[in-house]
Amino acid sequence: MNNKIENTLFQCRAINKEFGNVRANNDISINVRSSQIHALLGENGAGKSTLVKIIYGLLQPDSGSMTFLNEEYSPKSPKDARALGVGMVFQHFSLFEPLTAFENILVGLDKELGEKELHASVIMLSESYGLEVNLSSFIGDLSAGERQRVEIIRALIQKPKLLIMDEPTSVLTPFECESLFKTLKKLASEGTSILYISHKLKEIADLCDTASVLRKGAIVGEYDPKKMTPRELGEIMVGQSLFEPKRPVAANRSNKVLSVKINEVKPDTQFGVTLKNIDLAVYQSEILGIGGVAGNGQEELMQVLTGEKKDRNVSIKYMDNDIEMLNPRERREIGLAFAPEERLGHAAVGNLNLLENSLITDPKKRFQMKMGFIDFSELNEYTNEIIEKFNVKTTGVSALASSLSGGNLQKFVVGREIGQKPSLFIVNQPTWGVDALSAANIRQAIVDIANTGAAIILISQDLDEILEISNKVAFLTNGNLSIPTNTMDIKTDEIGAIMGGISD
Amino acid sequence: MDLSEINFAVLVASLIVASTPLVLAALGELIVEKSGVLNLGVEGMMIIGAVAGFIVGVETGSAYIGMMAAAMAGALLSLLFAFIILIMQANQVASGLALTIFGLGIAALMGHPYTGIKSPQISTISIPFISEIPVLGTMFFQHDLIVYLSLISVLVIWYFLNRMRAGLIVRSVGEDHDVAHSLGYRVVTIRFLAITFGGAMAGVGGGYLSLVRVPQWTEGMTAGAGWIALALVVFSGWRPFRLLIGAYIFGGITILQLNLQAIGVNINIALLSMAPYLATILALVVISMSRFRGNRGAPGCLGRSFVKIT
Repeated sequence: MNNKIENTLFQCRAINKEFGNVRANNDISINVRSSQIHALLGENGAGKSTLVKIIYGLLQPDSGSMTFLNEEYSPKSPKDARALGVGMVFQHFSLFEPLTAFENILVGLDKELGEKELHASVIMLSESYGLEVNLSSFIGDLSAGERQRVEIIRALIQKPKLLIMDEPTSVLTPFECESLFKTLKKLASEGTSILYISHKLKEIADLCDTASVLRKGAIVGEYDPKKMTPRELGEIMVGQSLFEPKRPVAANRSNKVLSVKINEVKPDTQFGVTLKNIDLAVYQSEILGIGGVAGNGQEELMQVLTGEKKDRNVSIKYMDNDIEMLNPRERREIGLAFAPEERLGHAAVGNLNLLENSLITDPKKRFQMKMGFIDFSELNEYTNEIIEKFNVKTTGVSALASSLSGGNLQKFVVGREIGQKPSLFIVNQPTWGVDALSAANIRQAIVDIANTGAAIILISQDLDEILEISNKVAFLTNGNLSIPTNTMDIKTDEIGAIMGGISD
Repeated sequence: MDLSEINFAVLVASLIVASTPLVLAALGELIVEKSGVLNLGVEGMMIIGAVAGFIVGVETGSAYIGMMAAAMAGALLSLLFAFIILIMQANQVASGLALTIFGLGIAALMGHPYTGIKSPQISTISIPFISEIPVLGTMFFQHDLIVYLSLISVLVIWYFLNRMRAGLIVRSVGEDHDVAHSLGYRVVTIRFLAITFGGAMAGVGGGYLSLVRVPQWTEGMTAGAGWIALALVVFSGWRPFRLLIGAYIFGGITILQLNLQAIGVNINIALLSMAPYLATILALVVISMSRFRGNRGAPGCLGRSFVKIT
């Protein structure tokens, strides 16, 4: 017992925080021991972010107390937190895109460091923790993984004793995740404690020593993730048993819905990927999963499929019609639906409310009355249905899309598209940033429309998701698509080889 | 017409004088915009500076004290703007326009008794030795203190924005106030300071107009200089040195066309008077067309209200 107290690095006791009449944190107490990776596990809206913002000094608790290094700890601002040895890496990166990596690191420091001195410490950090970054590049030109490395360096340079990581893997490719885990493990072994926020159960089992589970703003308990299955942990997190969607049963596999042939499509920007030799077909009631590491042509393929990019070197046949020269609107009118990866600004308009966001993709003009008036009662009903069916957490249909958390907006967008009852649904990263239960819901909804006859193209970087519900899978590597194979026939060790681009 | 009547060295010297109010006001606005605030009230702050500077200058008999009063008046008016947009979170465009109209009106009221009076002299400071250099000396080294200060300001502001931590923080606040807030920077305080600085600079610019450039008080004497300053900031891509070049082009053509009018060139006066505006637009459009990276210049949060999100 004595030993335990000595080992405690950070402690919070009975933290309460209310927003309006929502109790985001209800009597939360946790205990982070030194040199440990401590998971804070919970669904979207469980209160994880509120808690870490309190620890980082961005918010002040209504009541409760904290101790850090055996001393009273009550930061009034992130500056106080950093000065005392608490660092944080945000989920949506807190980096300035028009500034260089170096300037971003500089602006996060609280004291003035000489340019040479800073360079030296950054290089030292990046070498000892495998955090490679080109300091003079603009953040806007960097990938998500590189951006995160900049953030981590910025946090580490102040030598924190407690490092908070807010859903760090939600934007990373599997490769990037692996190198992040190595970094974190090394940090922990050297005495830095890490408060690791996530709802990804498998990575918590791999990485963390302890897991505090939050549900609806309160602590459910503290568990040892190494001694539990991810599923058990997930059920504690959501407070009910999890189900696994089953892939659609073969019903009408003879009707080809879409076939796509691409010889070569050059990218619009120098950072893009050239699509080459793509030949795919998807049939009624079939889910075709397209896997691969981010940045291997997913974005570009999606643009060709939606019609945002039209190219003469592409042939797209939809139910015997050539549609390669149709724009997205025209494609939607004949029964296609799309949910692109980027939710705000691409799939949804941030400054419009949910009603208006339902209205903007309404190919069949369901919500239009005579003379172009909007049928608000119908629209209301439709939007409410989406919110209810997909468990979208929002204040109501008149909430702005930008006010929703990423995961909730994702649920809304997928729900909106599925609600159009498309014959062909093309979706990129449907469960990105979505909690376990809602992700299972979304997958189930995709399977459901497939079972009623829709064809689905599911582009995802989540391999488990693809293997779980797809009938066929193919992988994108460097703009090339492997030949679609039946999911049942594929072996896991083959996947690694295909994704690595070795067997082509 | 005899072009030889135009003395080139004197021409350059007077273009520098003509451009100085623009340089000052635009530099101030540059800092304001870099912090993410669009203050369309430059014209209003300039004219308040012009009238306050003139009144105090006449009453005290010192152009320097007048210039300080101009800075204070500009800063004071900008504080009103800062309060409206930062604390009350009103729309920046509308508030800025209101500030201009307010400034023009109140300046006309204050300045009425002073119309037609001559302002106190400001002495030129000839820099020892180098001002003796023929031509170049006349052009650049026989000016008043404010001209030298305006040139030093260009350097200082460039250095501040690109080489100093405080400048980096100002830029960060302008690029993304939410991120800056989450890092623990005080967005509102930083913007308050930036706006006040911009107000003071615009005020000095106005004061220079009424005390040195013209030098007397007439109603509406800024005649759009504030708007030119605003345009210069945008077209310079938010860069101090390009801003200086832009201001000198405008000032240069203004002086040149006045000289051309004086020697009786056979071009319609309306066209000549239009020339500086046209040339400025043209030059700056060309600058902003170039493929330099600097054209990403617009601060990401320019004109957006900062609302704390919890």
